Amino acid sequence: MKTLSNEIIADIKKDFVYRKLKNNERVDGRKFDEFRSIEIIPGIIPRAEGSAMVKLGDTEVVVGIKMQPGEPFPDTPDKGVIITNAELVPLASPTFEPGPPDENSIELARVVDRGIRESGAIDLEKLCITEGENVWIIFIDIHALDDDGNLLDASSLAAIAALMNTTIPSEKFGYGDDEILPVRNIPVSVTSLVLDEAILVDPSSDEEKLTPNRVTITSDSDDNLVSMQKSGAFLLSEEKLYELVDLSVEKARGIREMLRDV
Amino acid sequence: MEENQKFIVNGKRIDGRKIDELRPIKIEAGVLKRSDGSCYLEMGNNKIIAAVYGPRALHPRHLQDPNKAVIRYRYNMAPFSVEERKRPGPDRRSVEISKVSREAFEPVVIKELFPRSSIDIFIEVLQADAGTRVAGLNAASVALADAGVPMKGMVTAVAVGKVDDHIVLDLFKDEDNYGQADIPIAMFIRDGKIEGITLLQMDGQITKDELKEAIKLAKKGCLEIYRLQKEALFKRCRGEDFVE
Repeated sequence: MKTLSNEIIADIKKDFVYRKLKNNERVDGRKFDEFRSIEIIPGIIPRAEGSAMVKLGDTEVVVGIKMQPGEPFPDTPDKGVIITNAELVPLASPTFEPGPPDENSIELARVVDRGIRESGAIDLEKLCITEGENVWIIFIDIHALDDDGNLLDASSLAAIAALMNTTIPSEKFGYGDDEILPVRNIPVSVTSLVLDEAILVDPSSDEEKLTPNRVTITSDSDDNLVSMQKSGAFLLSEEKLYELVDLSVEKARGIREMLRDV
Repeated sequence: MEENQKFIVNGKRIDGRKIDELRPIKIEAGVLKRSDGSCYLEMGNNKIIAAVYGPRALHPRHLQDPNKAVIRYRYNMAPFSVEERKRPGPDRRSVEISKVSREAFEPVVIKELFPRSSIDIFIEVLQADAGTRVAGLNAASVALADAGVPMKGMVTAVAVGKVDDHIVLDLFKDEDNYGQADIPIAMFIRDGKIEGITLLQMDGQITKDELKEAIKLAKKGCLEIYRLQKEALFKRCRGEDFVE
């Protein structure tokens, strides 16, 4: 019975959120293009080579960076390797289950990864130790703590913030002195829910319950688009896409300034 | 293939194509006996086979939706389809491709007609040469129609990319590997008219104007592929070539 009443409450709440939107209001009082408050706490895991916690409203994500020497990929023998992984642990949401990553966490990790990779934030050639044999491998591990919506932007923000305070542990592996990991570019992802004609930037979990339809657009420090992902079962019009692009690039600029100040 | 090699010389690409030209495409519907619908498709050196099973009863039952059919999509690469042998089975890339490809069909298939059932789409990439996910979508669309699954229209897809600072249609492998951006796009086309974007991904570096150019090229490419899909289905039904 408990689940049934929960479902009814969920439906009532969904209706409420939807009706508010029809009146051009979001449940938490935000404007449609407004992010929730963003807090970036760098270096919270000293044991990791780099780390950051991001609070996006009540959504909380920790990203830790670990680095170790290893073999390069055969087709890029002179380049370091980035491996991004996301764990949506059951602690973070009643809908997350333990076990191997499902398609949602895989998609999340891969979209975060593409933003960092394609923006050239990390100069992978600088991470070569011995060509063809030994390069630095950067592990970006995304750990969701509390999913109150838009885990994706919280994760990509935490990932780049963590990289920006990462130290290459050269000493530990006998390659000389530790060095700061140089970060050349700051990619910022902006995710928006697309519901009927409306665009809701940085959706909360209440809003995500209405629809899984969203678009993530990541732009770099020069306002180039570096990654896009349409997710969810819907038809996206060309006009809406360009509207999302403009909005995302503009929002990303503001968040990038915040990252620089941290 | 050198990294500094020019990809476009005098408006021609390495493989001789123009900037807005598709690779040769071959589509044949109804190639498998056991499946309800199937399609073999070549797009350049890509060789793709698609099969559709269903609508059929979905087991286990807890996966059923009492109101509509559930679409399942499995994109899979054969171990021998790429240069370095790929380990068999799903990897993270194919899980993601399967997800977005399934979502590309969700708004097009009329699922409400088949409560509690599943429509299973299987894509096998036998040989890969860039753009396998879009080739898979094109094949899946024909296989769905071949299976008689009711759809509001067709899904037609193509990848657009950026090489040598030019936006080009339908990348082949070298352009994909050394290019500056890759943008797979799927369109929903009804009665020869593009109704919207059902799949969109991008990685690389482009400006907004380049994105506009890319969408323009994608629309052109999709309409050409749509015609070939229709031809293949016509041939399957009538056993003869399509005459406009």
